[in-house]
Amino acid sequence: MSTVTTSKSLSEIIGSFSSATFNEALDSRKHAVEILETKGLPAGKNEEYRFTPITRAIENVFTWKTESAPSSITSIDPFLIEGLDANVIVFVNGKYSESLSRIVSPESEVSIKSLREAFNSNIEAVNTNFNTLVNPEADSFAALNTAFWQDGLFVHVPASTRVEKPIVILHLNDAIQHQVIAHTRLLIILETGSKLSVIEKFHTTGEQASLHTFTEEIEVKENAALEYCKVQNDTGKAYQVINTNIRQADSSRVDTFTLTLGGQIIRNNFAITIAGEKCESHFNGLYMLNGNTLADNHTVVDHQKPNSFSNEMYKGVLDGNSKGVFNGKIFVRPQAQKTNAFQSNRNIALSPSSTINTKPQLEIWADDVKCSHGCTIGQLDEEAMFYLQSRGIDKSTAQGMMLYAFTAETLNTISNEVVKEYVDSLISERLHKNF
Amino acid sequence: MLSITNLQAKIGDKQILNGINLEVKPGEVHAIMGPNGSGKSTLASVLAGREEYEITGGEVTYNGKDLLEFSPEDRAREGVFLAFQYPVEIPGVSTINFMKTAVNQIRKYRGQETLDAVSFLGLMKEKMKLVEIDQSLLNRSLNEGFSGGEKKRNEIFQMAMLEPKLSILDETDSGLDIDALKIVSSGVNKLRNSNNATIVVTHYQRLLEYIVPDFVHVLYKGKIVKSGGKELALELEAKGYDWIKDEVAVA
Amino acid sequence: MSKDNQLLEELTSREYEHGWNVALETDSAPKGLNEDIVRFISERKNEPEWMLEWRLKAFRLWSKMTEPKWPNVTYPAINYQDIIYYSAPKQSAKPKNLEDVDPELIKTFEKLGISLTEQKRLTGVAVDAVIDSVSVATTFKEKLGELGIIFCSFSEAVREHPDLIKKYLGSVVPMSDNYFAALNSAVFSDGSFCYIPKGVRCPMELSTYFRINAANTGQFERTLIVAEEGSYVSYLEGCTAPMRDENQLHAAVVEIYAMKDAHVKYSTVQNWYPGDKEGKGGIYNFVTKRALCAGDNSKVSWTQVETGSAITWKYPSCVLKGDNSSGEFYSVAVTNNLQQADTGTKMIHIGKNTKSRIVSKGISAGRSQNSYRGQVHIMKRAEGSRNFSQCDSLLMGDQCGAHTFPYIDVENSTSKVEHEATTSKIGEDQIFYCQQRGIDEESAVALIVNGYAKEVLNQLPMEFAVEAQKLLALTLEGSVG
Repeated sequence: MSTVTTSKSLSEIIGSFSSATFNEALDSRKHAVEILETKGLPAGKNEEYRFTPITRAIENVFTWKTESAPSSITSIDPFLIEGLDANVIVFVNGKYSESLSRIVSPESEVSIKSLREAFNSNIEAVNTNFNTLVNPEADSFAALNTAFWQDGLFVHVPASTRVEKPIVILHLNDAIQHQVIAHTRLLIILETGSKLSVIEKFHTTGEQASLHTFTEEIEVKENAALEYCKVQNDTGKAYQVINTNIRQADSSRVDTFTLTLGGQIIRNNFAITIAGEKCESHFNGLYMLNGNTLADNHTVVDHQKPNSFSNEMYKGVLDGNSKGVFNGKIFVRPQAQKTNAFQSNRNIALSPSSTINTKPQLEIWADDVKCSHGCTIGQLDEEAMFYLQSRGIDKSTAQGMMLYAFTAETLNTISNEVVKEYVDSLISERLHKNF
Repeated sequence: MLSITNLQAKIGDKQILNGINLEVKPGEVHAIMGPNGSGKSTLASVLAGREEYEITGGEVTYNGKDLLEFSPEDRAREGVFLAFQYPVEIPGVSTINFMKTAVNQIRKYRGQETLDAVSFLGLMKEKMKLVEIDQSLLNRSLNEGFSGGEKKRNEIFQMAMLEPKLSILDETDSGLDIDALKIVSSGVNKLRNSNNATIVVTHYQRLLEYIVPDFVHVLYKGKIVKSGGKELALELEAKGYDWIKDEVAVA
Repeated sequence: MSKDNQLLEELTSREYEHGWNVALETDSAPKGLNEDIVRFISERKNEPEWMLEWRLKAFRLWSKMTEPKWPNVTYPAINYQDIIYYSAPKQSAKPKNLEDVDPELIKTFEKLGISLTEQKRLTGVAVDAVIDSVSVATTFKEKLGELGIIFCSFSEAVREHPDLIKKYLGSVVPMSDNYFAALNSAVFSDGSFCYIPKGVRCPMELSTYFRINAANTGQFERTLIVAEEGSYVSYLEGCTAPMRDENQLHAAVVEIYAMKDAHVKYSTVQNWYPGDKEGKGGIYNFVTKRALCAGDNSKVSWTQVETGSAITWKYPSCVLKGDNSSGEFYSVAVTNNLQQADTGTKMIHIGKNTKSRIVSKGISAGRSQNSYRGQVHIMKRAEGSRNFSQCDSLLMGDQCGAHTFPYIDVENSTSKVEHEATTSKIGEDQIFYCQQRGIDEESAVALIVNGYAKEVLNQLPMEFAVEAQKLLALTLEGSVG
């Protein structure tokens, strides 16, 4: 339902395609360009982008280029999670940096390659799985990304293998000197009975504008388990559209956590397709915003098979002129009997100029199900605040304590203690600094 | 009144009843005891006609008719009453309204005049006294927000209202404190007469101190492995179920 | 208690109960829609020039609009040129009193269970009866007149109270509001007008009964209720239509204007013909209902029981403009067979400390699709506002669908919104429990469904509650087992 933008900018974008030098996945790129040509980028009236004027920003803020901007980043230390023994993969301004990355897990445990390299080595799993979970028709930014992706990562975990050390993917955008436009991809295949933990971190530095589209496809096969943690800690004029698509097969389990702290406009399209029976999925999110940040989480859980369980919990704390948008869809298809699907979205508005738009949706076609959603928008409980204050705690500390308690619950999908502590520290820091 | 011959039943792939034989005559009280998972509640559910259970063999004759041929509601109309172990909650439907619907449908089935509001309320008042239940409870939505004791008392109230010929009390003592147990049992005892019969399904002997059975049967692995008088219950209380299990194992 | 009982005892009829049609002679416009038809309607109604101009303006607007496609319903394209936009029962002259009304008409209403005669006094309901497009009789006018209450057909109001109509017509639902509102504004044929003066508490329920009788006819009625400062009125609306193979269009507009401290209660039992088991025929019901709580402390409650229509598209809304004003929406929507409903509400909070409450109970059976769509919008200046929404869906059978689309937008930090929704199946345990007490399955379902919908049914006036419960049970017949 995109509305076609006939702006100069889009034709400029599409025009730059022919002059670019892409070697990989040409068919899907060309198809995506066709989609872009007919659908355009979502304009103001588009229901899915009703509150998120990212197209306008692209038209007004960016000068279109297909080459990556240069970067002066030489050390990744400031971006690492202290004390976490992990594989670290680094993308700088959309380019895979082999020199900054370090892979510590043995090849027998997990194969980690740049996506371009994987295509060039003609790896079967990449050829058959790439672009199968994402639907460029459904989101024009996925189409944009599919047409223009510069680099990406391919992760393949063999059957019955547990990857001991997590994979940390650092997306660094250096916008100190130049505007950055980056389009990256991720393809992960977890074979039957395997286990993997992925942590994605997004950091944009500098005052120039950056646009990052990122499309990820994660295939979780029978009895496999994925733990996924995303930290979006951008500053300044960072615009991001992330399309995350996870597909689960029988008896698999997925735990995810998405933390959004900063940036200009952050849009997460997060979709889990439950294509197997007896699956379990827990996905949590937390957005703690201030300034003019707009964070938009669009989530979809699609129950296609019977006997699965999904639980979604997104929370938001909004200060300043920030905007929090949440849209959660639960689909239960006719054959997905005995599905239990739950969803909640709770928000606390701290500032009179913050805005919250939430739209939790249920679409149910099977009868033997238990599904619910709930959402609240409100303030901290005044009674509880008073109780704390009456025990001698000052108001701002009391508020911090209450907000911490409100947010901490969302961390229960992170099992790695080091990662949990790190996320916890980010939340505490935000609470002390800004709220 | 009730004659169960070689009754076998399963749920899903799981065989639970493996050939039950039981004779119940008017005026009698039978206690069915047994360890957890022995099939006690299944027997109660099968007699009431729960559809999840598949009858795989045997017969149940009730007053000369094949009980298993009846729909659940027709069993109730024929006078079979099940006091549920876990009475279900029905939001928005008051117990009074519920009972009035039930009483009148049963009366219709039996070719009796249906009761108008006044005579129904009269009947209800009388039965309320019998089982010591408060009207405020009956005005509320059926079992919604009731305590365990209130739910069980409501079951006995319904039993009083429907005047069944055969009552099956499924673990009626579970979740009751001693005072509630006394009230519930005294209600059951008041309803006993020479024309009706009661089957008490229970894990513990405790309830049988108040509702004294004529016969006690021990159910184990879906079969009645031992029958006796009320003293058998005391023996079980003293020795526990392991003794029965050992006996079965030896045999 | 007696309500439920009555319901169960009356559960004898198996088909759509109101599916007969009466051989009434009608005076109709030719098929199709253009400016001449609009003029034809206006002329037939002896309307003043300003009214015709208003209609023509609406028609021109409508001609440029397109039908909305966002509702979660599908139906074949409507040919707007294949509909008769005006049909009136033929009468030699406008009846002055009930004795002059065509006896066939009186019979029609008696079949519907609506007595227009004196016996109605016993139940204390004043009725405006609208058949096809025209108001045929209004009862209790004199008695209400003594209190200064105006309750009459819309056409009469245009003639007798032009100042009020000019002032309030389109003030809550502008003609440009949406496609169907514009269409209605151009071709509306009749409806009810109700005016409650300052400080008056209307002593009886006011009621309008709508019935579509003629074939191929659209019905486009308009209701306008103006409640002056400190007044109160409870308004009921009921509708039926005969069984017909082809689909019929119904596009109504209801506007409520509530001043300071006024309280309006609007209840609807909608039972348009839903089509047969295979989805043949049935009414397309596209309705715009909106209340403006213009004054401080005003209150509007919408209660609806929706059991009929092939397609329902309807969102009774409240614009809470006055400070401390409040809006309520209580809804039971049942769909069976191939019915589709997309219904809900909008609560627009503009004034400070405004409150809204939404209770929606959807029941889907057969192969039907039932959607709740609701918006709660708390604007920046609506400080200290509150909303609570509860949207439940009950599914009966594995061929139907239940959908929930709430839109919640909050623009300040002093307001509170809570929304909860659940979807589940009718409890097999509950049905078995009822059966064990001797209640057959069909009655068990009726009991459980009425219990589930109780919070909404309790909002209805007694006479309507009984009818509503009966309808719920009838609509769901044969959907379990």
